[in-house]
Amino acid sequence: MRGNFSTITKMFSASVVAAGLLMSAPARAADDTIKVGILHSLSGTMAISETTLKDAMLMLIDEQNAKGGLLGKKLEAVVVDPASNWPLFAEKARELISKDKVAAVFGCWTSVSRKSVLPVFSELDNILFYPVQYEGEESERNVFYTGAAPNQQAIPAVDYLMSKDGGSVKRWVLEGTDYVYPRTTNKILEAYLKSKGVAAEDIMTNYTPFGFSDWQTEVSAIKKFGSAGKKTAVVSTVNGDANVPFYKELGNQGIKAEDIPVMAFSVGEEELAGLDTKPLVGHLAAWNYFESVNTPENKKFIANWHKFIKNNKRTTNDPMEAHYIGFNMWVKAVEKAGTTDPDKVIDAMIGVSVPNLTGGYSTMMPNHHITKPVLIGEIQANGQFETVSKTPGLVMGDEWSDYLPDSKDLISDWRAPLSCGNFNVKTGKCGGKGTN
Amino acid sequence: MKIFHAMGLTLLLLLTTLSSSGAAEADLRAIIAKFATVTEFSETGAVVQELTATGDPAVERPLAALAEGNLYIRTADSMVFVGKEGDENVQLFDPLSGEAAGVASEDDITKITVNNTLRRAIRDALGTLTLGSKDPTVRIAAADTMFKTPDAANIEPLDAAIASETVASVKALLEQARAASVLVSDKPDADKLAAIALIGSRGDRDAVSLLTSVEANASGAVKEAATAAIANINSTLALWDAGQNIWYGISLGSVLLLAAIGLAITFGVMGVINMAHGEMVMLGAYTTFVVQQVIRTSFPGLFDWSLVIALPLAFLVAALVGLVIERGVIRFLYGRPLETLLATWGVSLILQQAVRSIFGPTNQEVGNPSWMSGSFDIGQLAITWNRLWILVFALTVFGVLLYVMKRTPWGLQMRAVTANRRMAASMGIRTPWVDALTFALGSGIAGIAGVALSQIDNVSPNLGRGYIIDSFMVVVFGGVGNLWGTLVGAFSLGIVNKFLEPYAGAVLGKIVVLVLIILFIQKRPRGLFALKGRAVEA
Repeated sequence: MRGNFSTITKMFSASVVAAGLLMSAPARAADDTIKVGILHSLSGTMAISETTLKDAMLMLIDEQNAKGGLLGKKLEAVVVDPASNWPLFAEKARELISKDKVAAVFGCWTSVSRKSVLPVFSELDNILFYPVQYEGEESERNVFYTGAAPNQQAIPAVDYLMSKDGGSVKRWVLEGTDYVYPRTTNKILEAYLKSKGVAAEDIMTNYTPFGFSDWQTEVSAIKKFGSAGKKTAVVSTVNGDANVPFYKELGNQGIKAEDIPVMAFSVGEEELAGLDTKPLVGHLAAWNYFESVNTPENKKFIANWHKFIKNNKRTTNDPMEAHYIGFNMWVKAVEKAGTTDPDKVIDAMIGVSVPNLTGGYSTMMPNHHITKPVLIGEIQANGQFETVSKTPGLVMGDEWSDYLPDSKDLISDWRAPLSCGNFNVKTGKCGGKGTN
Repeated sequence: MKIFHAMGLTLLLLLTTLSSSGAAEADLRAIIAKFATVTEFSETGAVVQELTATGDPAVERPLAALAEGNLYIRTADSMVFVGKEGDENVQLFDPLSGEAAGVASEDDITKITVNNTLRRAIRDALGTLTLGSKDPTVRIAAADTMFKTPDAANIEPLDAAIASETVASVKALLEQARAASVLVSDKPDADKLAAIALIGSRGDRDAVSLLTSVEANASGAVKEAATAAIANINSTLALWDAGQNIWYGISLGSVLLLAAIGLAITFGVMGVINMAHGEMVMLGAYTTFVVQQVIRTSFPGLFDWSLVIALPLAFLVAALVGLVIERGVIRFLYGRPLETLLATWGVSLILQQAVRSIFGPTNQEVGNPSWMSGSFDIGQLAITWNRLWILVFALTVFGVLLYVMKRTPWGLQMRAVTANRRMAASMGIRTPWVDALTFALGSGIAGIAGVALSQIDNVSPNLGRGYIIDSFMVVVFGGVGNLWGTLVGAFSLGIVNKFLEPYAGAVLGKIVVLVLIILFIQKRPRGLFALKGRAVEA
């Protein structure tokens, strides 16, 4: 019965998706276009976050076409809907590459969906641009990671909280949703905090299920943990929809940012849009981009976005910037290679440098991660973040964390002659251990 | 000559006395002007300290504005103003006198940014400055901040404030704040012991927090007294914790009850496995959103009433959709549970995607009316208003539903059709209509549940998904077809869940509850309160 039910569920969602595809299919391509695949969920639980990225990609492709396209050809977006269904991500990726013959794919949000498409990309040898901050511990030849690795978000965020400006925090609550990203990030953070001399009893780790909505017990536990006479902060890897009830409960139980600040890694402008942020002023988030960043590039990006989406209230966010960077890097690499052949583009990508939206340049490193500034922002009453701290230079994404015993000896370098994503510097061999 | 000299001196003295307030104001303005040159938070902090050090109550206005992020610098002349954001422009006010100083567009002024550390510093500074305020609530807030940030320098102003305080409750708080400050001062141990006794009698988490830091830094008798006081408070707090768990359980139970009560009718009474039940809840929540949107744009004064206005509308919207589903789909599928399950699942996907297409995939903001925000304390128990109102609301809905089912002709017909459809039809009851209206009633109730749930959960197309499993669990556990079963089922599941959560964690807690229910159903397949009848067997 259970098995039947889940198959039926899948059949249903698959047929709904198929119906959706039929509707978006009519744009049959001629040969004089370059196709770009967009693999973001437009229905199901992740639609809330991923639909925006699909729109952002469409906008970027439009803009590139307005500039005259690429290699003299027009770009054409091929949009598919994997419907927040992880196995369907792999099917859709295969369809994009084999059937639609796309030159590159921009997509995925959750780590599970990325893991599900990895074999497809290496088998069919295509390129995936992954725009979301993630737990690291991975470096694949066919994937370019334009989101933050833990050292580009989590570690600087904790450093800020430990600093005098951040309130010299001594006691830590690591609150997360129960899946791979929070668990790995918290493992790294725990090791990092202990290396900075934080005692084990000053760290409390707690996990809640996806979409959790009754936070009373957790918030009062945080309150209790915070009343031990030491400055306490919460580091939150709570994901998606569960954040809104979490912040509402914080506000209602009167936890103020001045007393116990919450530093979030998955809360952006988009998530705050569904919230009254007045009780939350001062709670923090660490990203590589905020909509409030005051640079000419960002102002232009926001204006174009509002024009494209025909809504002046739609926010921009960090993964959108990651796609902006990733797309421009791909365009530059294709121009450099003179072809869209994935093999050549993969080699041409390394070292490509494009402007980001925070007033600097991001460069693709040999480990397929990029350099980014790290910004810490405080939530404002208008639902925006105000940058309170910015790393002085760019931070290079470190795929294999130095704080995990399994990965501290690993490095990744996709340039010839090494061409290896998990080279063990101790044993001198390619193919080390990673925590999957 | 001498006389002239003396006269001149007196005159000079007189002039200085006369202009002293003006000079002080000029000094303050000079300090405030420094805000225009700061580039780092530490510099802003230094200016804040300088302002506080003047001890002039007039600095309250600029400091409070700074803490709220309302202090601006005009780019043209580097003047500092308090700003109030309007729709397009920012209204400017003088930072000291509060007099209006014209408007400026956002491009012409820059906001002085603050961070948490600064906000806290300002809050502490304002605490001392507002100790003499006329408003008792401000004095309470001041005493509270001073309690949390004890400083030996606070003792003197606190002594003065205690002497002139007339309200007993505020006086008690001030004395506690003084005791906290005594503990960090270099007063003799006897004073400190008295202070520990006073703080110990406060008996809350803040007291534990303070005493823990005292314990760590003190020695001898003071340390022992602090340890004893902490142990004492902790043992009382443990009792309150148990009470708190029960309250959280009841509150979770009320949410489960609200979500499940509509299902208790469609599934419980009619036997329709309605997978689209969660989407009815979602429709109710979106109705609330639309009502609030209309109120925000057209009748801002009615905002506190938005939920009351949304209730009947949400009921109507969800009931109407329910009616259409019943007439269009379910009536052809009675007696075929598997097909009903699949059809309603399909309907739920259609409804979700429809809402996603109309309102977009992102969360919508549903505000809390003022009477549903914040919390109040009973002893050491913090009770949030929204949870309390949801409990009251859930019980009211339950009561009304029970009345409809047991005391009205319609309820009688409903129960008759459930118990024996053919017999009821023979008696002249139009069973198809009763079915349709019952389904509409169940859906409508799910809709008003959505109004309440919009206050604690996010309003997104996925809202319903989170509640469907829990709702079925409650109805099956309580006994299909029995409203009382649903009530008892919801509250017992809520309380068990909340008692497990602190020990097992939220993830494991949920699994344990699920296992317990499976075991229970093995033992009593018909749930807590099994309904006896002929039709239910079929």
